[in-house]
Amino acid sequence: MHIIESGNVAAALGVKLAEAAVIAAYPITPQTPLTEKLSELVDAGEMKAQYIPVESEHSALAVCIAASSTGSRTFTATSANGLLYMTEQLNWAAGARLPIVMCVVNRGIGAPWTVWNDHQDSISQRDTGWIQLYACDHQQIIDSVIKAFALAETVSIPVMVCYDGYILSHTYMPFELPDPEQVRAFLPDFSPQYALDPTCPKNLNTVTLPDIRPDVRNETAPGYMEIRHNLHTDMRKSLDVIGDIENRFKTVFGRNGDPFIEPYRTDDAEYVAVCMGSLSYHLRDVIDKLREDGVSVGVAGLRVYRPFPDKAVAEAFSGKKGLIVFEKALSYGYQGALFADIKAALYGCAERPFVKNYILGLGGREIKTTELAEALRDSCRPGSETSDASEWIGLKM
Amino acid sequence: MTTKTTVLNLTEEEFVHPGNRACSGCGLSIIYRTALKALGRDTILVVPPSCLTVLQGLYPIASTQLPCLNVTFASTAAAATGVLGALRAQGREHTTVAAWAGDGGTADIGLQALSGACERGEDFIFFCYDNEAYMNTGVQRSGTTPRHVLTTTTPISGKPQKNKDVPAIMAAHGLDYIATASASYPIDLYDKTVKAKTFTGPRYFHIHTPCPAGWGFPANLSVKIGRLAVETGLFDLYEIEHGRFRLTGKSAKMLGKKRPPVADYFKTQARFKALSDAHIEAVQQEVDEKWERYEKAGVPADA
Repeated sequence: MHIIESGNVAAALGVKLAEAAVIAAYPITPQTPLTEKLSELVDAGEMKAQYIPVESEHSALAVCIAASSTGSRTFTATSANGLLYMTEQLNWAAGARLPIVMCVVNRGIGAPWTVWNDHQDSISQRDTGWIQLYACDHQQIIDSVIKAFALAETVSIPVMVCYDGYILSHTYMPFELPDPEQVRAFLPDFSPQYALDPTCPKNLNTVTLPDIRPDVRNETAPGYMEIRHNLHTDMRKSLDVIGDIENRFKTVFGRNGDPFIEPYRTDDAEYVAVCMGSLSYHLRDVIDKLREDGVSVGVAGLRVYRPFPDKAVAEAFSGKKGLIVFEKALSYGYQGALFADIKAALYGCAERPFVKNYILGLGGREIKTTELAEALRDSCRPGSETSDASEWIGLKM
Repeated sequence: MTTKTTVLNLTEEEFVHPGNRACSGCGLSIIYRTALKALGRDTILVVPPSCLTVLQGLYPIASTQLPCLNVTFASTAAAATGVLGALRAQGREHTTVAAWAGDGGTADIGLQALSGACERGEDFIFFCYDNEAYMNTGVQRSGTTPRHVLTTTTPISGKPQKNKDVPAIMAAHGLDYIATASASYPIDLYDKTVKAKTFTGPRYFHIHTPCPAGWGFPANLSVKIGRLAVETGLFDLYEIEHGRFRLTGKSAKMLGKKRPPVADYFKTQARFKALSDAHIEAVQQEVDEKWERYEKAGVPADA
């Protein structure tokens, strides 16, 4: 069934279809309509879940951590400073290997205050041990939420589904509403390996010494470093799981895409624009126009940022003449984080394209199609990269 | 009429095994052992970083025989909320959820989450074991450290400010059951814990917990010093049940009786070395005025 709804409602309907049992959230713009919708679905009896209106984002994730540790499927959502207020808990959730799913409705971070879109919030949480998926439209939002639960519960790693504040969260688009029976076939009930249970007491997340130590049965238990290595190894392995889930999703729902990189007119292009989120769809219009003008350029949207799909990036872009990375976030004092990651992924390629970086759209600064076209016209030619420094689009100073 | 609880008829089942990592003379080890007997096996514990994290043992060995979720410092009451949410979702409401935090984890960094959970009416029992400073990190001042006390962050002149009255903050949330207790009166704590289990919604315990290492007294004196705090009228045993305040146990028996001077308590511990005679006199006056109020108000007391 096709419906027309906002991106936030698409996310809420995905959570409903995934049958999350415990939902905790604290309001922050532009996430609010998502949690409002979930509270309405629960209050109306359309969704059988515990909706817990907590007093902070830190507590929202605390509720999810504890409920997940007690064996229930959990969901939360936030934006910007709310996500940053969760930082301690983000690391805790990943360290405890809890399959929590969270929507991050991307927004810039204060100070100064901004409520508008960029990606600094989720990018700044890159190294918390969460899987990060980025959606480009409402169909990807609802599908990604459902896939995120399957992924999180397969690899025991929490998943963020990130989508652009306002641009996607508050706009209306038609999308296919997945059939509940099909979702049930795709996503089995949550059956955790362990859960807090008085009939089988366990002490979870205790102090762990620098070295390994035998337990009471004299069996060696992992130490802190082994636990970290396991998280990293499983995070890398989850790249394969993401691919498997994409295939399984196609079998059940009949639609899918490249799980890592969503290409548009890249096959025959000498140059490729690279970005994450809704900007990649915005760029499609620019690409069409530039192609008419004879510029050999396509666009690729990255759908997974952590674990970083380095092999997919190397395969997709090896042999291209140049990559132009557009980012709504940056690592202060260096350059765009995605830019640096893409360069690192290409390092071992024999035929390495040049890579350029544009920073744009911070704090909701309007991204004009003409500016994108101008940047690409300027960049899609040999020798256009004269410096490794990031250039800024739309800066008025 | 139920049988009077004594050490002889407490359950022999132990939920905190010996050989745990508490310091010798630790007040917490007394109350944890006793209260867990009252909570019983069908309980899930939630614990933030504190002395209790250490007492329970280092991975992969644990001394506590109940399931326990260790959580971040600020999130104890929110995590208890999450456990309860999952238990409701799974139809396992029979299980008791008990949070155990120190004074810092309750009165300072944990207060927001605790206030939120109490306002939402979450169905848990929250135990604050108050050893009156950040003991696990090495005796730094907390919101419940009394005035003039020496800590490692008030090392010379003592803490200039008064301690906050956390049970009063909890009372302002309209909780149905609030109780104070002392590590020196474990049976009183046991009975109150059994009673707390008959209520629903948030229930709060504030437990005076002597700490030999942090307070500066020999480890064999913990119980005696805890008793002195009660006998001098500094720390009072009471319940606030549906908003009604009532002195209990030893404190109830002290109404209308002469109390030993607070100086007797202060001279037992190195942390009070910065107290001048004038300071002690001022504290004595505060305590006397408090007890006068109890007498005048005709505060009800149990037998």
